[in-house]
Amino acid sequence: MTERSGTVVGPRPPTVIVDDLHVVYRVRGAGRTKEVKGGATAALARMISPRRLAGERRVHAVKGVGFVARRGETIGLIGSNGSGKSTLLRAIAGLLPAESGAVYSDGQPALLGVNAALMNDLSGERNVVLGCLAMGLSPREVRERYDEIVEFSGINDKGDFISLPMRAYSSGMAARLRFAIASAVNHDVLMIDEALATGDRAFRKRSEARIRELRAEAGTVFLVSHSLTSIRDTCARTLWLENGELVMDGPTDEVVRAYEDSAGRRSSAP
Amino acid sequence: MSRDVIPRHGALDPEVGAAELAARYGLGVSGARPSPVEYTRRLWGRRHFIAAFARARGDGQYSRAHLGRLWQVMTPLLNAAVYYLIFGLLIGTRDGVPDFIPFLVTGVFVFAFTQSSVLSGVRAVSGNLGLVRALHFPRAVLPVALTLAQLRQMLVSMAVLVVIVLLAGQVPTWSWLLVVPVLLAQSVFNAGLALVAARLGSAVSDLAQLLPFVLRTWMYASGVMYSIGNLTADAPLPVRVLLDLNPAAVYIDLTRFALIDSFTAAQLPPYAWGVAVAWAFVLGVGGFGYFWQAEGRYGRD
Repeated sequence: MTERSGTVVGPRPPTVIVDDLHVVYRVRGAGRTKEVKGGATAALARMISPRRLAGERRVHAVKGVGFVARRGETIGLIGSNGSGKSTLLRAIAGLLPAESGAVYSDGQPALLGVNAALMNDLSGERNVVLGCLAMGLSPREVRERYDEIVEFSGINDKGDFISLPMRAYSSGMAARLRFAIASAVNHDVLMIDEALATGDRAFRKRSEARIRELRAEAGTVFLVSHSLTSIRDTCARTLWLENGELVMDGPTDEVVRAYEDSAGRRSSAP
Repeated sequence: MSRDVIPRHGALDPEVGAAELAARYGLGVSGARPSPVEYTRRLWGRRHFIAAFARARGDGQYSRAHLGRLWQVMTPLLNAAVYYLIFGLLIGTRDGVPDFIPFLVTGVFVFAFTQSSVLSGVRAVSGNLGLVRALHFPRAVLPVALTLAQLRQMLVSMAVLVVIVLLAGQVPTWSWLLVVPVLLAQSVFNAGLALVAARLGSAVSDLAQLLPFVLRTWMYASGVMYSIGNLTADAPLPVRVLLDLNPAAVYIDLTRFALIDSFTAAQLPPYAWGVAVAWAFVLGVGGFGYFWQAEGRYGRD
């Protein structure tokens, strides 16, 4: 039969397997996460009464999602606010426990979120070095890649900003530097949560090129974005989440068209 | 033919099963905790990160202050000055303690090392959530690195201490070298305590508010500004044993023994060296194990 060790017949090997995943948030006090402020899930949270701690709410943010991501794929995630996109990514990264079901992954998926602050008191320079060391590079590798990272981020385009503390950066600059650091290493699985939205046009082009490079180097890239253009430009496959459920999973063109139709219906409804 | 059954767009095939498919391609459960040996190996692999993080934290701590790193020297000195004013001059615990200034300053500095390690440990995970959520590394890196940052501060304090001890008329002897093993044992003890505090602090955010009171109580019980021996001469045996086993008091007294001539072996608690090493071992191993148990849960809501 087709069983040959190591070699793959037909589809490329999977890098992430999500099996009937349910994620339940427990929120203490005022909600901080986007999912809580969102419409449908917040209503759901109000329906489920607090169980253990006073003021603790349970939010069923991901309900029975299952899919297989393969090597070399770039997968877009779309859905309205609070549909569970970010939660799904954080569960894949192993940062949120699964209530039931499971996530299997190749290596350690890296999540690049929009709020992934590094060390704001320290200079951009130090953040580059520390970020790279934290990802497991040796000091020599860091020295080798340092210039490339700074150049890619474009931080020094308007003067010597890299030696300033990160708290002095604009949000776009900080996001660019974070992306430059995180993408300096070839991750098996890289997940990008709106992190590119704050960059300017030139940087978006650069980062899209870098994402294609990562994919060519046999990684898998997930991209959450509200910009359907950037999803169309970078992703061949798209998942559409709504209310924590997987509505559609297929080629980007089909899924985005269906999503736009549905969004159009909702906005024109009385 | 099972492989051809997997649909191209990846809805899971009920016939193969996710676990089986994962096993076939060597995928692991995301965020699973490695074995203690593997964990230790990964921690060692991040040693450069630990060193760089400790250095950055040490420098970053005072980066907003105008006097900058001068505070590394000023803070312990001012602390010692306050305690000298209150306990040395006003309350007079210096009666019966020869060389009170070196005695007091040693106590203040050595206890401050443990105190600041615990305080930075309790926020090690909860104060670095951005880092924890963005990048993957063994989380024990954080409390260990922060303890190392406090050790750097302690080395500065030690230099100040040597100057004070010299000014107070002490003559350098070979026994001063005993400071090195004491500091080593205390560092391991502090790292273990920071690991415990980091795990507790990541789960119970109120702990950071409570801890200063616990630590102050601990300090007053550790003979920082008075001699435990003088105070407990008539105390019942269990109380004396308890005070003698107090790790902070043991590290303080061993440092005094190393630096101050008039502080002799007779003033050390019984089995001081053994107790110092035992505490380092128990907290070092135990704290590491305790922190490791919750690896994979840090950074979650």
